[in-house]
Amino acid sequence: MADTPNAAGEAAAPGMPQLDVSTFENQIFWLLIALLAIYFVLSRVALPRIAGILAERQGTITNDIAAAEDLKAKALDAEAAYDKALADARAEAQRISGETKAAIQADLDVAIEKADAEIAAKAAESEKAIAEIRAGAQEAIKEVAKDTAKEIVAHLGGKADARSITAAVTSRMKG
Amino acid sequence: MEGELAHIGAGLAAIGSGAAAIGVGHVAGNFLAGALRNPSAAAGQTATLFIGIAFAEALGIFSFLVALLLMFAV
Amino acid sequence: MADDAKGGGGLSFKPMDQFQVKPLFGDYGDPIHWYTITNVTLWLGLAILAVIALMVLTTSKRDVVPGRGQSIAELMYGFVYKMVEDVTGKDGIKYFPYIMTLFMFILCANFLGLIPMSFTTTSHIAVTAILGFGVFFAVTILGFVKNGASFLGLFWVSSAPLPLRPVLAIIEIISYFVRPVSHSIRLAGNMMAGHAVLKVFAGFAQVAAIAPVAIIGVMAIYGLEVLVSAIQAYVFTILTCVYLKDALHPHH
Repeated sequence: MADTPNAAGEAAAPGMPQLDVSTFENQIFWLLIALLAIYFVLSRVALPRIAGILAERQGTITNDIAAAEDLKAKALDAEAAYDKALADARAEAQRISGETKAAIQADLDVAIEKADAEIAAKAAESEKAIAEIRAGAQEAIKEVAKDTAKEIVAHLGGKADARSITAAVTSRMKG
Repeated sequence: MEGELAHIGAGLAAIGSGAAAIGVGHVAGNFLAGALRNPSAAAGQTATLFIGIAFAEALGIFSFLVALLLMFAV
Repeated sequence: MADDAKGGGGLSFKPMDQFQVKPLFGDYGDPIHWYTITNVTLWLGLAILAVIALMVLTTSKRDVVPGRGQSIAELMYGFVYKMVEDVTGKDGIKYFPYIMTLFMFILCANFLGLIPMSFTTTSHIAVTAILGFGVFFAVTILGFVKNGASFLGLFWVSSAPLPLRPVLAIIEIISYFVRPVSHSIRLAGNMMAGHAVLKVFAGFAQVAAIAPVAIIGVMAIYGLEVLVSAIQAYVFTILTCVYLKDALHPHH
C-alpha cells in the first residue's frame, strides 16, 4: 500500500507510522534523554528517600515494640507489687481483727467475771435476807404455835407446861 | 491484485491471534486448575503465570504484526 | 482501507493515524531531524513529569504514617523491589534502580497513552526496541563480565543427555537472540493493537444504528487496555529480572 499513492491522506504518509525510519533518530534521541532523566530522578532523589522512609518506619516500629515490651514488664511488676500489697493488707487486717477479737474477749471475760461476782454477792445477800426472814417467820410461827397449843390445851382443860409444848411444837415443825 | 493478495494474507495471519488466545487460555486454565488443588502454593506462582502468558501472547502479537505489515507495509 | 475512503461511501477507518510522529511546532510533513521537538518529545516529557509526581512529590513530606500519594510511591517501590529480590536473588538488588526506571517509564508512558488524543510512545517499535535491546546488551555484557566464558554454560544444558546437548544448545542460542525481539515487540504490539482496536471501534460509531454498541465496545476495550497497560509494564519488568538472573547465575 505504501507504493500506491494514498489519496485520502494529505501527504505521502506511510501506512504504518511505526515503520517510518525517518522518525527513528528523533524518537531514540528523546527516549534516551527521558530514560536518563527518569533514572537520575529515581536513583538520586526518589529511591533513597523512599528507602529512608521505609527504614525509618521499620526503626520506629522496632522502637515502639521495645517500648511496649518495657511497658508490659512494668505493668507486670506493678501487678506483682499490687498483689503483694493486697496480701500484706489482708494479713494485717487478719492480725488486727484477731487482736481486736482477743481484746474484746478479754474485756468480755472481765465483765462476765465481775457480773458473776456481783450476781453471786447479790444472791448471797438475798439468801441471807431470806434465811433471816425464814428464821423470823419460823420463830413467829413457833410462838404462835406455842401460844395456840397452850390456849388449846388450856381450853381443853388441861394444863400444859411450857417445856413440853415447846418440844412438841418443835418436833412437829421439823416433821 | 498484489494488494488484494496482501489483504488475504493479512486475514490469514490474523488467525494466529486466535491461536495465541488458545495458548493464553491454556496457560491460565491450567494455572487455575493447579491453584484450586493447592491454593497455598498459588500465590507464589503468579509471576510464573504472567511470564507464561506473556510468552504465549508474544507469538500472537507476532502474527498480528505480520498482518499489519501485510496491510500497510507491503 | 484507504481504498474504501476513496470510494466515498464506506466508513473511514484510520486506526494508525494516532501513531504518527509530528513536529510540535510547524506543519505535518516537515522534515523530522533527531533534535526536532515532536509529539514524542511532549509525551516523553509528560512521562518524566508523571514519574516525578508519583515518586518525588508524593514523598516530599517523608511521613512515617504515609498519606495516599506516599502509599502509592511506597507500593510501587515495594512491588518492584520484591520482584527483583524474588527473581534475581540478593545480588540483583544493586540493579534495582535500573529496573525501577524501566518499570516507571513503561507504566507512566502506557497510562499516558490511554488519555484520549494522546500519543503512545511505547507503541513505537523504535522506542521499545531501544528498551529491549538495551536490556539484552546490558544483560549479555554483564553476564560475560561477571562469569567470563562460563556464561556460555547458559546454552550448554548439562542436565540433558549428551547427544541432545548440541541440539539444545542451538535452540537455546536461537531463543536467546529472539529474546530482545519478542521483548520489545510484545510491548509495542500490545500497545499498538489495543489502540488500533479502540480506533476501529470508534470508527464503527460513524454509523448511527450501531453507534451505541460501538461506544459500549470502546468502553469495554478501554477497560481492557488499562489492565493491559499495567500488565505489560509488569511483564516487561519481570522478564528483565529473569534475563538478569540468567546473567548472574547462568547455570541451569
